[in-house]
Amino acid sequence: MHIKYESFVREPLVDGNKDYHQVSEDIIKPIEVKPGRMWYVGFFFALTLLAFGVFSVGWAVYWGLGTWGVNRTIGWGWDITNFVWWVGIGHAGTLISAILLLFRQGWRTGVNRAAEAMTIFAVMCAGQFPIWHMGRVWDAMFVLPLPNTRGVLWPNFDSPLLWDVFAISTYFTVSLLFWYSGLVPDFALIRDRAKTKFRKMMYGFASFGWTGTAKNWQRQEALALVLAGLSTPLVLSVHTIVSFDFATSVIPGWHTTIFPPYFVAGAVFSGFAMVNTLLVITRKILKLEDYITIGHLEAMNKVIVLTGSIVGIAYLTELFIAWYSQSWGEMEAFKWRILGPYWWSYWAMMTCNVVSPQLFWVKKLRRNIPFTFIMSIVVNIGMWFERFVIIVTSTYRDWIPGSWAYYSPTWPEVGFYLGTFGLFFTCYFLFSKYFPVIAVSEIKFVLKTSGDNYKRAQAKYEEQTDEAFIAAATHHHDEEHHAEVAHH
Amino acid sequence: MAIKKFAVAAYDDEEVLFPAVSKVRHSGYKLHDIYTPFPVHGLDVAMGLKETDLHIAGFIYGLCGTSTAVGFISWIYTSDWPINYGGKPHFALPAWIPVTFELTVLFAAVGMVLTFCYLNQIMPGVKKHVFHPRQSDDLFVVALELNDHTSEEEAIAFLKSTGAKETSVQMAEEGWWYGRWDKEEEYEKLNTSIAR
Repeated sequence: MHIKYESFVREPLVDGNKDYHQVSEDIIKPIEVKPGRMWYVGFFFALTLLAFGVFSVGWAVYWGLGTWGVNRTIGWGWDITNFVWWVGIGHAGTLISAILLLFRQGWRTGVNRAAEAMTIFAVMCAGQFPIWHMGRVWDAMFVLPLPNTRGVLWPNFDSPLLWDVFAISTYFTVSLLFWYSGLVPDFALIRDRAKTKFRKMMYGFASFGWTGTAKNWQRQEALALVLAGLSTPLVLSVHTIVSFDFATSVIPGWHTTIFPPYFVAGAVFSGFAMVNTLLVITRKILKLEDYITIGHLEAMNKVIVLTGSIVGIAYLTELFIAWYSQSWGEMEAFKWRILGPYWWSYWAMMTCNVVSPQLFWVKKLRRNIPFTFIMSIVVNIGMWFERFVIIVTSTYRDWIPGSWAYYSPTWPEVGFYLGTFGLFFTCYFLFSKYFPVIAVSEIKFVLKTSGDNYKRAQAKYEEQTDEAFIAAATHHHDEEHHAEVAHH
Repeated sequence: MAIKKFAVAAYDDEEVLFPAVSKVRHSGYKLHDIYTPFPVHGLDVAMGLKETDLHIAGFIYGLCGTSTAVGFISWIYTSDWPINYGGKPHFALPAWIPVTFELTVLFAAVGMVLTFCYLNQIMPGVKKHVFHPRQSDDLFVVALELNDHTSEEEAIAFLKSTGAKETSVQMAEEGWWYGRWDKEEEYEKLNTSIAR
């Protein structure tokens, strides 16, 4: 048997004195007991928001998009801003579950399930905006290449807006499959533990009859690895294509080749912030501090400071190129963006996205939970303003001064946005009640390598020289291990 | 699809499981399967299982997606309904890369997951025998298939000698069937689980 040794430089991924059974207990227990009062309050608040959103959208569909504040100059307002914002948030889950899986980052195991759920819900919210922005939503299926009687009218496959349809729907489907293929074994665990008949039936259904044979697991790992390999370019492609919605146009401020990497970095940035917002609360309420440790939050804060800096460089590059190109339209667009009537949105973006995340260079702040929480909200406000700045302040001063305009949202637009929060949190509350918010089998897989109690038992290896360790591992490790097992 | 007799052993540590698996393989008993709560690396090798070909299936599905996208779009734009978009060529391959890529990923992912379910025989409504309720929690469960000529007592004694924490003899359906997990099945009345 191999020695499950991991350097002490890495802090434990699971705190406390855990064995396999305790891991199941800790993570599955919240599903088996009645939720607390906070859960009900939060859930009904989310449902209320959702209902208001449905009403707002219904209003806009009934009376038409004239009820929105968008006009001929500023054709995209809060709707597309919110679309891009939510899609961006939806990037963190797949980044954590796919890209960090390929990079063999052990800390992803504690957060990937919740992050992936967040991705799926965020993409669901994002998808609402282009659909209802169509106005005549009953014609929404025109975006699909379906056989039809409209003179065999096909969608325009050369258009980024159609690429978006394919990118977002593929992303949603693949994320859902990836997420669910990991959930199946955990559902089987809940099923096998279930004391009530109803729970046994429901989770029996949801677990697809999983029993966890060696071959099952072998295929499951192969599937996870290939899906991770597929999701990695997929997640990069989605926000790249979203950025093409702007970058392939000829509008100054949008017509920029740095948009794809800049959008992807921004997406990861906002997504990790949202993961932090959710997990800081989830770990507290479900008492999962041993699994989502401060180390996990710190790792995500490191990603936030990295991607925040990339986004900052992108903002400065845009400004530099606007000047360096000596293109009159570009320079005007950026002048109006920074100093025009919407100056406050530009500076809100700059402060929240570029300046304040730099505080995360300080280790103490990275490991401070209230600070992490506040910063995660600040970052998401900043990223919302980024999308608003790109969309609205690139269009509100166009080529003819006579068509210059200003834009403020009306209540149905605001209500629509609030409604997507309702949808998002309704789903998240249901998820946190009925689904294991941490991948139980994955935690068990890393437990003996990275669990606190198991790591402490390996202190004797830490003190050995490399030569002694290798000699022991190659010659006597069998006896030594049996002794260690007996010791436990 | 048949009800068979199994000698079942539950281990609580991978370090005990691996030597036990190797003893089982050399003992001549027919190893039915091993159930674990999480992927135990090296167990497939220890059991002599082949590496899965699922990823090859994924590659083939991906190629199907690529050819579907390229074939479909080029048929539409060059043959079925050519439209002039701003003077761009009808066969505008670079503009089709995004959709082609997305369909490649979509076909590969959906195809692989369906194949995964098919190979593992898992589906909503499928039921299988669970040898030990803690096989998804903290126990590693080895099931040996017994026949008329194998002695239960010897098999159990053998499993105990390999370090099993719990042993039992069970009559069980070896495959899957449609069923609800909250319903007791007919055959389970046969199941004379004998704790030893």
